[in-house]
Amino acid sequence: MTGRQIITDTQNTWCPGCGNFSIQHTLKNILTEIEQSGKSLDDVVLVTGIGCHAKIADYLNINTFYSIHGRTLPVATAIKLGNPHLTVICCSGDGDSYAEGLDHLIFAAKRNIDITLIIHNNRVYGLTTGQYTPTSPLGFKGKSTPSGTAEYPFNPVELMLASGATYVARGYTKNMELLKNLIKEGMAHKGFAFIDVLQICATFFPVADYYTPRVYELTDHDRSSFEAACIKAREWDYSRDSRIALGTFFQRSLPCFDDTMAVKGMEQKDRRQAVRDLLLTRS
Amino acid sequence: MPTYLPLQKYQNIQEAFMKNISVLIGGKAGDGINSAGALVAQLLNHIGYHIYLYFDYPSLIRGGHNFAIIRGSDESIGTCWKTLDFLLALNSETVEKHRDKCTNETAIISNADQVKSAGQGIPVKAVLAGVNAPAIMGNSAIIGGFAKTAGIEWNVVEDVFKRHIPKGVDLNLKVAKAAYDQLETVHPVSRGVKPPYPLLTGNEAIGLGMVNGGLDAYVSYPMTPSSSLLHFLAEEKEKLGITVVHPESEIAVILMALGFAYTGKRSAVGTSGGGFCLMTESLSLAGMAEIPLTLLVSQRTGPSTGLPTYTGQSDLHFVLNAGQGEYPRLIVAPGDALEALYWSEVAMNMAWKFQIPAFILSDKTLSEGTYSVDPAAISEPGSGDSPRWTGAVPYLRYADVPGGVSPLAFPGMKDAVVRANSYAHDETGITTEDASTVARMTDKRLRKGGMLADEMRGYPGVNVSGIPGSSTALFCWGSTKGVCNEIAALLGLRVVRPVVLSPFPVDQLKEALTGVRKLISVEENATAQLAALAERYGIIADEKILRYDGRPFLPDDLLVRVKEMVV
Repeated sequence: MTGRQIITDTQNTWCPGCGNFSIQHTLKNILTEIEQSGKSLDDVVLVTGIGCHAKIADYLNINTFYSIHGRTLPVATAIKLGNPHLTVICCSGDGDSYAEGLDHLIFAAKRNIDITLIIHNNRVYGLTTGQYTPTSPLGFKGKSTPSGTAEYPFNPVELMLASGATYVARGYTKNMELLKNLIKEGMAHKGFAFIDVLQICATFFPVADYYTPRVYELTDHDRSSFEAACIKAREWDYSRDSRIALGTFFQRSLPCFDDTMAVKGMEQKDRRQAVRDLLLTRS
Repeated sequence: MPTYLPLQKYQNIQEAFMKNISVLIGGKAGDGINSAGALVAQLLNHIGYHIYLYFDYPSLIRGGHNFAIIRGSDESIGTCWKTLDFLLALNSETVEKHRDKCTNETAIISNADQVKSAGQGIPVKAVLAGVNAPAIMGNSAIIGGFAKTAGIEWNVVEDVFKRHIPKGVDLNLKVAKAAYDQLETVHPVSRGVKPPYPLLTGNEAIGLGMVNGGLDAYVSYPMTPSSSLLHFLAEEKEKLGITVVHPESEIAVILMALGFAYTGKRSAVGTSGGGFCLMTESLSLAGMAEIPLTLLVSQRTGPSTGLPTYTGQSDLHFVLNAGQGEYPRLIVAPGDALEALYWSEVAMNMAWKFQIPAFILSDKTLSEGTYSVDPAAISEPGSGDSPRWTGAVPYLRYADVPGGVSPLAFPGMKDAVVRANSYAHDETGITTEDASTVARMTDKRLRKGGMLADEMRGYPGVNVSGIPGSSTALFCWGSTKGVCNEIAALLGLRVVRPVVLSPFPVDQLKEALTGVRKLISVEENATAQLAALAERYGIIADEKILRYDGRPFLPDDLLVRVKEMVV
């Protein structure tokens, strides 16, 4: 399909000021560029979990798999294995991939499957109306923790470095130019690309005034150095006050799961013959 | 007069046994009992017998007692009687544990290094030393000794070793020959007339049936007794042209299978009860998103971890009802390897024809038992698939068509926007909360269930065996086929066995039960789950014979229990 309308007519129900608009707008621009470069959007698939982020599946007019809460990455992994020609993008929330589906996140990184994961990290559950998530700051007062959380957040950037992700970046919904560059880089990266996006939740965690003066773009940073990436990743731990680095922390090239796992397919009549041949060896 | 009579075929049980041979090989876990048992099975296969092999092992790696019972018969079988013709003892524990299965006629062949004065002893260490063979080849000495004791010609041993020992066959043959030459033929067995048939475990048959049904990708996390299917397909994946993935959990397993199917690749998963618990969330996703999926659920003794390496039939109602919401599903429970080949292909095809979950419900007895499969008896059930999208834009993934089965398109197809959605959705696949659309799409999904039930009427969903005219019937399902058939043959009873369990084949079942005055449910669970299911349709079991200690029914014991009810 060429010249397609990239946003569907579905009524948008994100809150005014929601950071998801920025992510959707960025993806729309990237998809438009893909189409303008002569490639077909028929070969792009978006997989989402459940949560405010996931409504993007209804809003973008491309192939989508609107999965269940926390269950994006195994679906996306198998879509890439099932048809390696597809470009697979995964949009997932912090509740989605850092809580319910954390094991899938670590394994996707470990496998280096060639997909791009965008985490809409608003550090709060929005759709279930305001509970803490794994990246909420210590003491966060949500509906399930009215006297404040008693647990530290974990640092997803550090976690992904430790898990073997081959592209690790952090964006911010109020720096859309950088966000676009990061997602484009992630999609161009051959391997598992992880982009943690600090996304504003206008209703339950509106912290733009906190982020904006603290964020800075990584410059003079050697993205090929794992040690340098770890140092930069640890600068801000998602809880205590600090400068917040944006950009690409780490990138390296490793064999991809989809390439290593590839098995030459077979016509069904040849498979039947293979079954008959195998039976003969059992007598 | 008792209502049962010895069969036309045999005058009595003793005569029936003349065409049967039963061999037990036992030793420590780690002694390679399963592969030694498989070689004994091939020896009997090559002298003209039908085979069933039962493998019994505790849930540990080293040290516990393992044994395999290999039975040869002149008929197709799926169970083992208690009495042994041969006891092959790798250690003295084997002799002690299985003494109750021996008679004066039983020939015992033992490792003389381990077992003192029991039957014909083979000095295994000395045999190995004599031909410079490593300790790992010790079982070949026992097998060679067995062959001689049973009067199996040496060329048969040579053939079997050459075909079925992957490495070091010459040295293994030397070991076997040394033992063969030391022993006497004390218990000659008669030769059968049939040619050797392929021997398959239930899981292997399920895997090959899936491949015949178009399997492109098998995804599984290890869990006994399903794991051997994962191992088998992983080993053979290049030959069969399939992708095999072992991911982080059963949750990931089923999601990956759905991801494959979304791209048009036929996928299947395999697990047991506990793993299936983890899958139920995405089973419901498959129901809502109408993604074809085939699942092997191989039952073991529950609840929870239960007895990992022992059998059971206690998950029927779980599989029938698993997952939130309402959506159609197919459940088939094959009774042996031949049926597993056929019904696994049917399951793959129905999953794709109706875009539903299709279950192959097995258990340890079937999954890990080894059966003879007569190549001439293998039938192909015919294909099954959904209609494909014609190219009309926009593509309606969930088009509300009369039968409920919407045409399929896959991502990458030109101008198709393919949406899978776990939310209630409209025909395009976009989320909706509109009341009338929600109800209409529910009706659409359930219509597929009606179509499936119609389709399954064309399949042999209820099996009748034994003496079809008998007014007393055993009512069973799955792997108890073998044991029920033998008891029915001896006592002159009918066996009625539904293979399709969902949609429940009520018409076929009622027809199969015509003239039955006494219905005896035989199940390996504590609550008679098939009987409870049938009761919903007005079919009442008069008696229940249940076993739930992890062991399969033995014909000896079942014979006694059935006799109590039919006299």
